[in-house]
Amino acid sequence: MKIKHQIAISDTGFLFNPATGESFTVNPVGAEIINLLREGHTWQEIIDKITEMYSVERNSFEKDLHEFAGIMKMHQLLDKDE
Amino acid sequence: MEKKHYERPHIIKLEAGMPGKSGIRTEQAPTTHIDGMAVKELVKTYGSPLFVLSEQTIRSTYRKAFKAFSTRYPNVQFAWSYKTNYLSAVCNIFHQEGAWAEVVSGFEYDKAIANGVDPGKIIFNGPGKSREELIMATEKGSLIHIDHLDELYLLIEVAEKTSQKPRVSIRVNMDTGIYPMWDRFGFNYESGQAWDALNKIMHSGKLELMGLHTHIGTFIMTATAYAIAATKLADLARSLQQKFNHHLKYIDIGGGFASKNTLKGSYLPGSDTNPSFDEYAEAISSALINSHFSPGELPLLILETGRALVDEAGYIISSVIANKRLSSGRRATILDAGVNLLFTAFWYQHQVTVAQGVSQHREDTTLYGPLCMNIDCVRESVNLPMLNINDQVVIHHTGAYNVTQWMQFITLRPNVVLIDENGNAHVIRESETLESVTGGEKTPEHLIKLR
Ligand SMILES: Cc1ncc(COP(=O)(O)O)c(C=O)c1O
Repeated sequence: MKIKHQIAISDTGFLFNPATGESFTVNPVGAEIINLLREGHTWQEIIDKITEMYSVERNSFEKDLHEFAGIMKMHQLLDKDE
Repeated sequence: MEKKHYERPHIIKLEAGMPGKSGIRTEQAPTTHIDGMAVKELVKTYGSPLFVLSEQTIRSTYRKAFKAFSTRYPNVQFAWSYKTNYLSAVCNIFHQEGAWAEVVSGFEYDKAIANGVDPGKIIFNGPGKSREELIMATEKGSLIHIDHLDELYLLIEVAEKTSQKPRVSIRVNMDTGIYPMWDRFGFNYESGQAWDALNKIMHSGKLELMGLHTHIGTFIMTATAYAIAATKLADLARSLQQKFNHHLKYIDIGGGFASKNTLKGSYLPGSDTNPSFDEYAEAISSALINSHFSPGELPLLILETGRALVDEAGYIISSVIANKRLSSGRRATILDAGVNLLFTAFWYQHQVTVAQGVSQHREDTTLYGPLCMNIDCVRESVNLPMLNINDQVVIHHTGAYNVTQWMQFITLRPNVVLIDENGNAHVIRESETLESVTGGEKTPEHLIKLR
């Protein structure tokens, strides 16, 4: 999973896609995931890191991550190759 | 190192524009405590889902209502509408505050007697009273509100059989400008039916005519409808005085005041738009005081207020079972309490808040219950923060009609807890067991073995 490289995210969870002019707000866990994606981390690495930092079970986070990825895709924030 | 609180990752596209289908966004603080008790502790001790009632709110609401009327009218009596919530603990709070009992069935009548209510202070309404129930109510001296002519004739028979004079009133229905007009109960005012029934009672000499009763509908949003009702009943009372020199003991204006809930389809919250007790009291009291009654002969004013006295005191705590996306992309959350417990979800947009701290990220969500029925929807659209599995939500203003109209359908009913004025919780109805549902079943001999 790769995020489109031109997407910018602020510390406060404000996300801007210059390609479409759309903006979004992201909650803290969402922002964390987007930053990890931007740094090029893999799906498994993201799961490792988030479950380490937050009080959440692996299984339930993996499910949430799937869904989150689905919404990102719907908003055309991910690169096509996925 | 302690891990950070987890909230499901979420992203929302920012759109400028009009408020959505869920109306104006009202950012609501989490409800972590009810009357000082932590929601999480309540769930840990008593399970989820859980009904919670606040004794303090019941008493303060009652006192507010009583004060609104008693400061405007010399002689006021509330009668607790059992059907609204007949858990004995709840009834007895109202009785301790001074309310009589208003019942609409033999079952409710027996319940009021078992609660220790003086039979002379039980009002027996309803279209379905049996001969046996009428005999019992006559012998005990309760106030019987006659619904139709067949009941009137039956009571004359009962009077002859018991050699007692049943204490009666008639229920009157009328046009108060409210739609729909409830004309299926009682005798109609405009057509002269009510006056006809009163004449039959007076001429029979077998019944003691105590008063007049009406119940114009429920969740009445305009206080002036009550002024019209009170004026029409006062007119009938005057006719009785003129023709029979008969002075009524009371005028019973029924129930129907709106609670602070929001009706489905309303754009503004009910807590902002619904009339207050003061507005209803002003309309009713002025109508009676301005009628022909001279100051010394104003009849007792009886009120059978139900939902407006208890809705705000009730909460349902419910836990999140699952989150899902609908095919439309819309977020849906499945709760462990559905319309089986929250019957009033059919006509109210119940306020729902979360029970734990959250970030400011929110999303329109549909809240479903746990039933396998399409109609099991708690809120079609509510703007809520991200919820995790096993998080709790608190559904507000659920004190009226839910613990009486709830359905046993496919599951057992949970504990009902009352928080007393000192902040102590008491189970006032235990959660059901398989035995409480199947206890009355009898399986014929030949169907006991499976092969
Ligand atoms: C005769 C009578 N009195 C009182 C009530 C209580 O009404 P509410 O809860 O609307 O105040 C009802 C409700 O149906 C009723 O039928």
